[in-house]
Amino acid sequence: MNTTSNAVQESQLGISPAVLSATRSFYWSVRRELWEYRSIYLAPASIAAVIVLGFVFVLVGLPHTVRSAMALSPNHQRDALAQPFEVAAGLIMAASFIVSFYYALDSLYGERRDRSILFWKSLPVSDRTTVLAKAFVLLLVLPTISVAITVVTEAIIVLLSSAVLAASGLSVAGFWAQLQPMQSMMALLYHIGTVHILWYAPLYTWLLLISAWSKRAPLLWALLPPFAIVVFERVAFHTTYFQNFLQNRFGGGNDAASGNMLDPEMRMPIFHFMITPGLWFGLLFAAAFLVAATRLRRARGPI
Amino acid sequence: MACIEARGLRKAFGSTIAVDGVDLRIEEGRIVGLIGPNGAGKTTALNAFLGLTPYEGELRVLGRDPWTERDRLMCDVSFIADVAVLPRWIRVSQALDYVAGVHPRFDRAKAEGFLAKTSIKRTSKVRELSKGMVAQLHLALVMAIDARLLVLDEPTLGLDILYRKQFYDSLLNDYFDRTRTIVVATHQIEEIKDVLTDLMFINYGRIVLNCTMDEYESRFVEVMLHPEKITAARALRPMYERQTLGRTVLLFDSVNRQQLVALGDVRTPSIADLFVAVMGNQGDMKGAAK
Repeated sequence: MNTTSNAVQESQLGISPAVLSATRSFYWSVRRELWEYRSIYLAPASIAAVIVLGFVFVLVGLPHTVRSAMALSPNHQRDALAQPFEVAAGLIMAASFIVSFYYALDSLYGERRDRSILFWKSLPVSDRTTVLAKAFVLLLVLPTISVAITVVTEAIIVLLSSAVLAASGLSVAGFWAQLQPMQSMMALLYHIGTVHILWYAPLYTWLLLISAWSKRAPLLWALLPPFAIVVFERVAFHTTYFQNFLQNRFGGGNDAASGNMLDPEMRMPIFHFMITPGLWFGLLFAAAFLVAATRLRRARGPI
Repeated sequence: MACIEARGLRKAFGSTIAVDGVDLRIEEGRIVGLIGPNGAGKTTALNAFLGLTPYEGELRVLGRDPWTERDRLMCDVSFIADVAVLPRWIRVSQALDYVAGVHPRFDRAKAEGFLAKTSIKRTSKVRELSKGMVAQLHLALVMAIDARLLVLDEPTLGLDILYRKQFYDSLLNDYFDRTRTIVVATHQIEEIKDVLTDLMFINYGRIVLNCTMDEYESRFVEVMLHPEKITAARALRPMYERQTLGRTVLLFDSVNRQQLVALGDVRTPSIADLFVAVMGNQGDMKGAAK
């Protein structure tokens, strides 16, 4: 029987049953999220498919682009050749940002709306495990999938380009040397890790909190409080501190979070980023939002 | 050992008191029917037992505090809150995988066995199943869990009579083993009468009747009076009086049966009639209080 086999496994592994059962419920909670929200991988994958399809048209003019790029300075050469890759990475990232936004707002709201929360709560999985699994999907699984899909898409683009270049008698090795795939890979990972995970963590966890709290229209409730503060500050004090703060934080105004991350030469050193106080305040808020979401998940029932 | 023990259990939503100082003790191995009108506090009380809602007063379920220890409690407690709480997007195979993954006391083979008796396909999504099939699936999942307490809140609401009958039959034949405890709240009283060992009426957030089925059969007597015996019968202080087919029917609580036989035709009242009698008196009490 299941009980006995689990017990046997646990004693063999020498890990305490409580830890093992917590890991197991966490693992299954994450799988449940991937079953329910298939858009987590389907949305970026379909965008990637569209990009590859669109690139087929670019391929026709590729030998011409490469020939004219030869005439340019090395920096401009790279810019011209790297453009499709940046576009691909940017679009896939945008798709997964939209999915993250939708997922965060729906994940603790949808289960209350369709009453399935009563089923989930009838099983020995704590509210903490559930909320942490959702945060894990949001902050780690989603970016990982987005990176993986980006890498595969770019690999396909590189292979297609190389085939076309070879067929038209141009140097494939030169093309590869210009692309510096490892460097752009590192830039992508760095960008995802710093901006999408660490820097945006308070935004995503705020959405989770609103998702756990609101009885209707979570999108409205997520946007209304910051908007209200901005309006209040403008009317009452004629200042725009909060608005500036939001723009800096999430609008790409901050150096660490700026779009220049994709350009390897303008990368901010990781050390500099790690000692930004804003990063740590943000993470503190993110942790507080998760604790609050857990408490709300425990108290809230179907709506 | 008591399976559920409550003292002064109370729950208010704003100014509405849903559960108003309930004291109760449900022993292990009982099948308790919790019966009450809409808004009587049944669901709130059950939610408190299941750790779904905070409460005032003392409550222990299998020795645990449900509100602070819900996840651990759910290793030993199962519940079906409603017919339609299985997520609509889940596949039958995923539901089996998930419960097997998170529940240490789930016997997958047993659940598969129950499902084999139905026409539910493993690849179907819940949204593709009929309401009756969803109930069958949920029951199959729950019955494969080796729980000590099963709580059912209107588990057959909206199902046709065949599914309802089947539901309680499998529960009794394949699940109940005299060591488990089952608490079921429902409006379909007569259908579960033969299943129950205990009867509990709840109204205005209070327990208004709590007796075993044996007690119920010996305590309550309904007499269809011979017309000339009305005065004599009323002197015995019936708890309820009603007219049916032009004859007067009185319902007595703890009155000697021999005494009543002389007054008319004696029988055990249906639970529905007893329910109406008890609730009717409750209404009078509320009226008198005003």
